Amino acid sequence: MPSLIDLVLEGRTSRQHMPWPRSVVDASVWAFAANELAQGRWSLLGLWGEPSTAHMAIIDRDTTEIAVVSIDCPNRVYPSVSKHHPPALRLERTANDLFGLSAEHLPDPRGWLDHNHWGIRFPLGDRIDALSITAPYRFLPVEGDGVHQIAVGPVHAGIIEPGHFRFSASGETVIRLEQRLGYTHKGIEGLMRGAPIERAAQLAGRVSGDSTVAYAYAFARAVEAALQLVVPNRAVWLRALLAELERLANHLGDIGAICNDASFGLMQAHCNVLREDLLRAANSAFGHRLMRDVIIPGGLARDLDAKGQSAIRAALVNVQVRFPELIELYDNTASLQDRTVGTGIVAAALAKQYGAGGYVGRASGRAFDARRAPGYPPYDDLRFEVPTLEEGDVNARVWIRIREVEQSLLLANQILDRLPDGPLRTPLSAEPGPREGMALVEGFRGDIMVWLRLDGGQVERCHLRDPSWFQWPLLEAAIEGNIVADFPLCNKSFNCSYSGQDL
Amino acid sequence: MRKLLFQSFFQRPLTEQAPALDQTAVEELAAAIRRATRRRLGRSLSIREIDAGSCNGCELEIHALNNAYYDVERFGIRFVASPRHADVLLVTGPVTKNMRDALERTYHATPDPKWVIALGDCARDGGCFAGSYAVVGGVSQIVPVDLHIPGCPPPPVAILQGLLSLLDRTAKSAT
Repeated sequence: MPSLIDLVLEGRTSRQHMPWPRSVVDASVWAFAANELAQGRWSLLGLWGEPSTAHMAIIDRDTTEIAVVSIDCPNRVYPSVSKHHPPALRLERTANDLFGLSAEHLPDPRGWLDHNHWGIRFPLGDRIDALSITAPYRFLPVEGDGVHQIAVGPVHAGIIEPGHFRFSASGETVIRLEQRLGYTHKGIEGLMRGAPIERAAQLAGRVSGDSTVAYAYAFARAVEAALQLVVPNRAVWLRALLAELERLANHLGDIGAICNDASFGLMQAHCNVLREDLLRAANSAFGHRLMRDVIIPGGLARDLDAKGQSAIRAALVNVQVRFPELIELYDNTASLQDRTVGTGIVAAALAKQYGAGGYVGRASGRAFDARRAPGYPPYDDLRFEVPTLEEGDVNARVWIRIREVEQSLLLANQILDRLPDGPLRTPLSAEPGPREGMALVEGFRGDIMVWLRLDGGQVERCHLRDPSWFQWPLLEAAIEGNIVADFPLCNKSFNCSYSGQDL
Repeated sequence: MRKLLFQSFFQRPLTEQAPALDQTAVEELAAAIRRATRRRLGRSLSIREIDAGSCNGCELEIHALNNAYYDVERFGIRFVASPRHADVLLVTGPVTKNMRDALERTYHATPDPKWVIALGDCARDGGCFAGSYAVVGGVSQIVPVDLHIPGCPPPPVAILQGLLSLLDRTAKSAT
């Protein structure tokens, strides 16, 4: 059985691709890789296009080796991966929408991000003009006695992002959920083309507002990998502090919101107070409640002073003191557990097949955490556990978040205890010639992948892959056989990003 | 749960106190809304939020208005599930081409009189996404906007201030 490295050696290896190898392969090696993904030895990290190339990032499940394989497709055609490995499906539909790269024998040729409103087709490939049309999207057919459809969105009832859900239900039971996303597509990868690194970093921090730190972090690490830049130690540690604060704030908000969707508002009231305390501490420490634009390529835009440090310490102590009674509240409220236990189950096999990250994967037995493996500093120097559960239901996704709140508190305290002094930033070099970099960073939702090619201080191409790409499809599976009224609960327990997926 | 509820009886409320007029923005807002809304809308203002393509940052801060510190409902302001119930549309994001129809239709589904608030830097003119093939631009290119609240995202206090100034203006034009 060839390893991932053997596969890479089959092709022409790109010289300037850091830190993991990239290799241009032929159709047979590409098809072999697709087959290995289907067999489950490797997981898909991403699949994206360029005007006449398709790329696929792969991770070996056992060794956590990572590699990118690329296939030249001058005719804009390449062998479909999703034909063998369904997790690639929406990514291949997207590569077609944006670049006009067509996957041969693609099982579902409908557009994904392209809703026929852009006035053009293939905006990042060979653009052609197209009339804006409002042809109805062909949802998958569902037939049977008494089956009815419920259409929800894109404007939802709550204060959430836009997307469309098409439920086919028999009585109260959901037979099929089909998602249609792409409403918030802003063309971020298009805006990044040719942009200076600073401007692209700003855009990366606005891919998904709740993960602004994690995206800026991943983008910065990819740039630094490409330029082989060493970031000062203090910045390395502060970045992890920012990331853990973001994780804490989001998990606390989610735990409350999930309980609220089970009509248990008390929990949300308390969780949101803790969240607000953290955001206020972040604001006084870093000048922005969501800590936006603090992480920049090369280091950090601003330092943490003594006053900010004590604000964060106080907020952490506050959570430490008050969170245990909220866990107790969750654990001891039978009427709440009645809603969450056994609801919206994601089978372990599906989580593994889709390589689902974050709490979605970890609640279904997939222990992957990018902080652990492939890992990045300073996490290799910090003590933390990656909690996993097997049940895969809403309850398990709540418990993973609860355990991760505890771990993030430990991590943030360790970081503050050991925060090194020193400079904050290494200046970027605008070296000519193409340089490629890649990074995998663990956001609160799961692993965020950024791949980019720089040339002379500008971004030639950048692809950002949100963890939601491999979680949204699992929500369709999780809701099957549940009642319609439990959908908000299931959806909140996933809390997938719309904007991160739509880009 | 009993313990937590019991504690709440004896704790001071977290909600930041309704203030003397010139103190904090939140409190200023509280007083002004009381005056303006009563004249125009009785004591309530119903808001329908529409994400027309935002990064979700603005939504997080709108959510925060409902936490115990800001407790927006004490001012008679509430977020409603349908545009049919709304007085105000609170729109975020650069309007994407894929959301244009939905925004227009939601606007037309809202009964008159209605006001539109464009929230965040993107909602003003597309912000850092302006010029993209997939973006129309600011909210005012699609529907008439009564007020812009700047920020990326605007903090909850700024959103409250914005709601206040809208109420003030509508009250004045009504008299």
